[in-house]
Amino acid sequence: MARLNVNPTRMELTNLKRRLTTARKGHRLLKDKRDELMRRFLILVRENKELRRRVEAAVDEANSHMLVARSVMSSEELDTAMMLPAREASLEVSEKNVMSVILPEYQVTFNSSNEGDIYSYGFAYTSSDLDRGVKFLSEILPDMLRLAELEKSCQLMADEIEKTRRRVNALEHVLIPQYEETIKYIVMKLDENERSSTTRLMKIKDSMLAEQRAKDAALDAEALADFSGEDISDLPDEE
Amino acid sequence: MYKIAAVGDRDSIFSYAAVGISVFPAETPQDAVARIRELAGAEYAVIFITEKLASGISAELDKYRNSPVPAIIPIPGIGGSTGLGMENVSKAVEKAVGSDIIN
Repeated sequence: MARLNVNPTRMELTNLKRRLTTARKGHRLLKDKRDELMRRFLILVRENKELRRRVEAAVDEANSHMLVARSVMSSEELDTAMMLPAREASLEVSEKNVMSVILPEYQVTFNSSNEGDIYSYGFAYTSSDLDRGVKFLSEILPDMLRLAELEKSCQLMADEIEKTRRRVNALEHVLIPQYEETIKYIVMKLDENERSSTTRLMKIKDSMLAEQRAKDAALDAEALADFSGEDISDLPDEE
Repeated sequence: MYKIAAVGDRDSIFSYAAVGISVFPAETPQDAVARIRELAGAEYAVIFITEKLASGISAELDKYRNSPVPAIIPIPGIGGSTGLGMENVSKAVEKAVGSDIIN
């Protein structure tokens, strides 16, 4: 793992330590976010699969009725029957915030509240299979919208989970080790500097002492040479 | 206020008109792409598309995967389910978890 390219100074060390703390905190938070997102995602996706199975079966059923209707009616008749829908569906889309992922919620409303209004045609010229198909569809419409809601939510959450996981991994395996390595490097470097300056000081002290000693010895020798000829026995004793 | 759309071959989707869904027939993938672009720009929050048509334009559909509106949902057409819808769900699981763990 490469360390960062910084100067090994005390100030950098303080900065890095602070960044490491932030990175650790962010890592923990993101990990929590990922876990919670995953938990919710799994709940949603299970429901999604279940619902999709049900909706697909129901749509198949409705389609088979429609297929029969289409075969017994002429295509002009069918088009006429379907030309003017009795009611129009409109959607109220609201947003739900789950762990900072914006999920849609659909609320369907019809411009006619009458349940019987699903048939946009008179019954005289149409096949009963058409009625059955239309009834079937109108029954599963809420399920289909719930499916749309779930499927979209799952896609959005899957995307967010992937992003969060990447961030967690980047912090865990790249950024934090990098900071740790660099901090270790700076600490070692600073310690090394300290040791080297201590030894340097000791060395200087030694050489200075040696110099002093040499000077003293020279003075001693000089003094000895000065007084060597003289008789020092008659000097008055110190009392 | 948003609306609901259905895109696909005529036979598969004509019936959705009865339940208040706006119906847009499209026979070829090119038609479908143009139609979906148009619908995504307009006020359609949910677009149902037949699986058969969706399988041909998955690249285009992926563009809308991560935006909150519209939700493009594959549904089985008149020929029955091709399994594309389920596959999409599995794909989402794979993306989130790493492997498809839900069957």
